[in-house]
Amino acid sequence: MRTVNVADITRNIKEMCIEANHFLTEDMKAALEKAAKEEKAPLGRQILEQLQDNLRIAGEDMIPICQDTGMAVIFLEIGQDVHLEGGSLEEAIHEGVRQGYVDGYLRKSVVRDPLDRVNTQDNTPAIIHYEIRTGSEVKITLAPKGFGSENMSRVFMLKPADGVEGVKSAVLTAVKDAGPNACPPMVVGVGIGGTFEKCALMAKHALTRPVNERSQIPYVRDLEEELLRKINCSGIGPGGLGGTTTALAVNIETYPTHIAGLPVAVNICCHVNRHAVRIL
Amino acid sequence: MEMNKYVNVPLDDEAAKELRAGDYVFLTGTIYTARDAAHKRMYEALSEGSNLPVSMENNVIYYMGPSPAREGRPIGSAGPTTASRMDKYAPSLLDLGLKGMIGKGKRSQEVKDAIVRNGAVYFAAVGGAGALLSKSILSSEVVAYDDLGTEAIRRLEVKNFPVIVVIDSEGNDLYMTAIEAYREEEA
Repeated sequence: MRTVNVADITRNIKEMCIEANHFLTEDMKAALEKAAKEEKAPLGRQILEQLQDNLRIAGEDMIPICQDTGMAVIFLEIGQDVHLEGGSLEEAIHEGVRQGYVDGYLRKSVVRDPLDRVNTQDNTPAIIHYEIRTGSEVKITLAPKGFGSENMSRVFMLKPADGVEGVKSAVLTAVKDAGPNACPPMVVGVGIGGTFEKCALMAKHALTRPVNERSQIPYVRDLEEELLRKINCSGIGPGGLGGTTTALAVNIETYPTHIAGLPVAVNICCHVNRHAVRIL
Repeated sequence: MEMNKYVNVPLDDEAAKELRAGDYVFLTGTIYTARDAAHKRMYEALSEGSNLPVSMENNVIYYMGPSPAREGRPIGSAGPTTASRMDKYAPSLLDLGLKGMIGKGKRSQEVKDAIVRNGAVYFAAVGGAGALLSKSILSSEVVAYDDLGTEAIRRLEVKNFPVIVVIDSEGNDLYMTAIEAYREEEA
């Protein structure tokens, strides 16, 4: 049995909130650089070059990459041989987000109730997904999610007869409807299978996979590549102002499902596809 | 034809009419921020017959809620938010003289009609470039609805703030035309 103090989780989450909002991961930076070289539209290239300048300024001057510093989504994978001490884990997570957003000059974008809409002033609560694993590690994945693209995300409860063509059509529909609203070039997270909520969770989790890593499952990898080609033929382009770079990657996760169903979720992320990962 | 233009804000009728969808424009002068919550309050004020906290006449509203400024800086990250959430409120403000809006994303037909009716312009700033855009903002001051935090109305002084004309005063929409130019059948 390994002991982890929840204060360590607070401290790490605070640092990760600040890190993720000022620095993209290397795979995202490389994908944006490649896109700027390959984009065919002159205005599209200009926008992609501005995004590179934006990343440089964000890191050098510690200004968040985007003013929408998101709602903090946290995947916490806890080894079953870990004993957590020092207080409530849940409160420790929220405290990390609170400290990160208040001390890190990040925007407070969370309201306490979806209808009365009073700002909580510290960006809490976070959205937390717990998973219990074997082993004695605690893995924290933090993904601040902006809502320009979140608002354009969709769940489709397809019929088994719709098959793979139905899945493609669902993804392309979501991307085309999102268009300029989702700040393209986008990263498209897709969940196929499971239940209504499981497919949405897979779509969200898929966004945390490096954009240069394809699925291990051959048919899923092919589907990722085909969908990316099709999306980039849509003409939407950087900023939705026309071009050949509409998405940087399509990341798909799958799960067994019911004989009567084919759930598909499409979670769209903008080019500021932020996440930080730490293992304690 | 697409052109680089340098334009002063507030925006007068003639300057607005000369702008064309696709123009790359650098704005210099005074603009105001307002997003969801501030629009809702302004709309409610108008419904009750009250005055707005800022005049719309020839002004430009930037749909933006900044991140907090670090010490010694005018503002934090400051990029555009999705404009369609303001579609319900924008026609009333355009009819009161609002001359320009800066945001990102598509607008409704009602907003397009109000743009044409009033000779106004809808600009896009590059979404997700908030650090870069903040460099064109010289000062920021909350002028109304302070309690809304990031959603308060702010007066911004901007210098060569980069935007692209998406919908011009004749109703041309760059989002519709530009996409067609690069759409292709997948091989």
